[in-house]
Amino acid sequence: MNRIKMREMDDNQKGVISAIKVAGELGRRIRDMGLIPGTEIKIKGRAPLYDPIVLQVKKYILALRNSEAEHIMVDVDEQ
Amino acid sequence: MNNNSTGKMQMQADKQIALAGNPNSGKTTLFNELTGSRQHVGNYPGITVEKKQGTCIQDGYKINIVDLPGIYSLSAYSIEEVVARDFLINEKPNAVIDIVDASNLERNLYLTIQFLELGIPLCIALNMMDEAETRGMRIDEKRLSRILGVAVIPTVARSAKGKDQLMAAVMEMMSHNKEYTPLEISYGSDVDSALLTMIKEIITADFLTERYAARWTALKYLENDAQMIAAGQEKNPVLSARLLKIREKLARHLKDTLDTYPEAMIADSRYGYINAILKQGVVQYSHDENKLYLSDKIDKFVIHRFSGPLIMTAVLVGLYQFTFAYSEAPIKWIEAFFEWVHAMAASALPPGLLQSLVVSGIIDGVGGVLGFVPLIMFMFLGISILEDSGYIARVAFMLDRVFRMFGLHGNSVMPYIVSGGIAGGCAVPGVMAARTLKSQKERLATLLTVPFMNCGAKLPVFAMLISAFFVNHKAQIMFAITAISWAMALLAAKFLRLTVIKGESTPFVMELPPYRLPTVKGLFIHTWERTWQYIKKAGTVILGISILVWAMMTFPQLPEEKELMFAQEQLAMHSAYPAAVANELSIKIDQKKLSSAAQALKKKLSHIEGKRAEAALRHSLAGRFGIAIEGISKWAGFDWRTNIALVGGFAAKEVIVSTLGIAYSLADIDTEAFDSLSETLAHSPNWNPLAAFSLMLFVLFYAPCFITVVTIARESGSWKWGFFSMVFNTIIAFMISVVVFQAGSFLGIGIRP
Ligand SMILES: Nc1nc2c(ncn2[C@@H]2O[C@H](COP(=O)(O)OP(=O)(O)OP(=O)(O)O)[C@@H](O)[C@H]2O)c(=O)[nH]1
Ligand SMILES: [Mg+2]
Repeated sequence: MNRIKMREMDDNQKGVISAIKVAGELGRRIRDMGLIPGTEIKIKGRAPLYDPIVLQVKKYILALRNSEAEHIMVDVDEQ
Repeated sequence: MNNNSTGKMQMQADKQIALAGNPNSGKTTLFNELTGSRQHVGNYPGITVEKKQGTCIQDGYKINIVDLPGIYSLSAYSIEEVVARDFLINEKPNAVIDIVDASNLERNLYLTIQFLELGIPLCIALNMMDEAETRGMRIDEKRLSRILGVAVIPTVARSAKGKDQLMAAVMEMMSHNKEYTPLEISYGSDVDSALLTMIKEIITADFLTERYAARWTALKYLENDAQMIAAGQEKNPVLSARLLKIREKLARHLKDTLDTYPEAMIADSRYGYINAILKQGVVQYSHDENKLYLSDKIDKFVIHRFSGPLIMTAVLVGLYQFTFAYSEAPIKWIEAFFEWVHAMAASALPPGLLQSLVVSGIIDGVGGVLGFVPLIMFMFLGISILEDSGYIARVAFMLDRVFRMFGLHGNSVMPYIVSGGIAGGCAVPGVMAARTLKSQKERLATLLTVPFMNCGAKLPVFAMLISAFFVNHKAQIMFAITAISWAMALLAAKFLRLTVIKGESTPFVMELPPYRLPTVKGLFIHTWERTWQYIKKAGTVILGISILVWAMMTFPQLPEEKELMFAQEQLAMHSAYPAAVANELSIKIDQKKLSSAAQALKKKLSHIEGKRAEAALRHSLAGRFGIAIEGISKWAGFDWRTNIALVGGFAAKEVIVSTLGIAYSLADIDTEAFDSLSETLAHSPNWNPLAAFSLMLFVLFYAPCFITVVTIARESGSWKWGFFSMVFNTIIAFMISVVVFQAGSFLGIGIRP
């Protein structure tokens, strides 16, 4: 197991969220969209200019900016 | 008369139901199914969130239904959340239907849990059951209902399935007059004990209890909810400070022990609670959870790094073509109709003030406004398709990086293009298209800057000036103008976001909903209600301003002796020709059949008429204004004639050409006069390519036409922004024109030897 920031994840990489390191509105939005510790996610890709990121959470698809993915810690398998 | 039943009727008629739920869960579709055409759209006072209300007849009773904006949570960060929450708390609807997207059960229940924590009469519509099924989900709604303690009715809003059962459950719920106690869940021992202390204090002090349950107030304090804390501060600052202290202590403790925040603990507990529910056999998956669905397959191309932008370009250009090409014919019909009314009124009324007011002020004004209707209809139809299908979220996703640099949002692209990002758009539907933006600051910056784009009404002005001064560089100049308009709009947006609308960019985190086929009914209702809002506006404010602009260009009128002078001049001209020639003019309408003498007379007469019109314009308020500011405007290269034309351009930018024609004594500025105006300018000593270019820049950027101003005021929710756009844009335009004109003059570019 390896703990990295979500923005550092590769396309098609899977992981489990371990922590959300931000409070206030941004933290709130992230949690409202179902991104909480313990959630499995999979990076589906990035926008044409490599920002924002698209990811799959359970049955739905979310997009968030690199600057926002910066605050989300994810446990991934060693590559 | 049966007293009892009328009494019941009365009571029932007062019932109100709210539809609430996540964005894209099918609220509006269900709303349309329930209310049919008995609905209307307004705005919540002072803000721009649409308020959709309708009525539905159930068991012979009339029930009011409100379609609340889609939200993910009951916090107070976005304007949608504030609106929905305030409605539920202040208006206390008799029943709330929570529309839950069954295919995304877990995340949707996050909002449901918060409704239950608030303690409102709730009934769940488990919508999108068809999608859940194709995804291999089997949901035991009876079990879910039992665990949550509220009715759960499976529905497919799109085909009205389950609608009757849902309404029956709602009616049944409303018939009991029971108290709804808030759901209490545990948020972990630390939070729970802080909560208990706070609740005790709140109850003792009777703090805000008339509006909120004590537990809810405490919970919102712990979540650091700005709206709740502000209300508390006002009510009882001492207690509020004490509550905040408890929160702070808890926050510090949680940071030290678990490295987390109170609001995170609360959110996690809610999800934990949901998980526990779902694990009790509520959902079963019958096939592979990781299977690729149609939507994912489509996205493989649609948001792909290379094919994505290509598809997007095609879609946006297609939308533009669709809007402007298809609306062309209906616009022509409307114009022809108003020309006919214009001609009828002109012949029915005696020449004079009344005729001028009715014909030029009212008929032309309203006609000009209604001419936009087909444009707005087609654009909203196109946008509704993109919105309902889920594509618009992909556009925002792909363009976010670019537009964010200027303090905007990926979805700003639509308003920009519609307004003239591809030359020939229109800012009125453009400003309205900014509705697709959910983040308020980005939205305001967008709708304030779209008028800088190269709209269709500015094109005749450019065309006239180009044919006078840049005949050999037509394409280059047009391209340059469009490029300059984009650059200016984006820079202005950046400037606004750094000054008057400053602030952090709104978090982007958003859902890319699965692609769905829009329903014809939904598209139709959506398009019509937005168009209708525009038409209603045209009937009131816009008519008033149109009359005002007319009055400015008409009053004060020429003194009688001047009018007499022109009349005598025309009379003298008539008598200089044989009576037969003058007679010919009064009977034959066809220009080509006139004898050459009659043609010569006609030309001379119209020359005199032209001079009269010029004198009258000069004499009017607009003319005096134009002359008065010549001292300043000459810095940008504009003389009084140009100034008057620019004042007229506030009514509609096309008017600039015709007003300039009048100012140059070219009566009847229609077909050939267009060429004669550009010829006149080309040979006028007052004009040169530099002055023409300076004017083009000014026309591109100065105050939007008043229809746009009214639309901006409406869409931003405040007249302040309407006025702001007039002043701000004019100042920017003037500065640019002065710099260009002065620099050009100094360097000797574009001036005649
Ligand atoms: N398959 C399926 N699609 C549905 C159902 N109900 C609605 N839709 C579609 O889902 C999309 C979104 O529906 P809306 O009614 O606009 O959703 P909404 O909740 O009003 O969305 P917001 O106003 O953005 O909060 C549309 O394309 C609908 O046609 C359903 O039961 N099944
Ligand atoms: Mg809706």
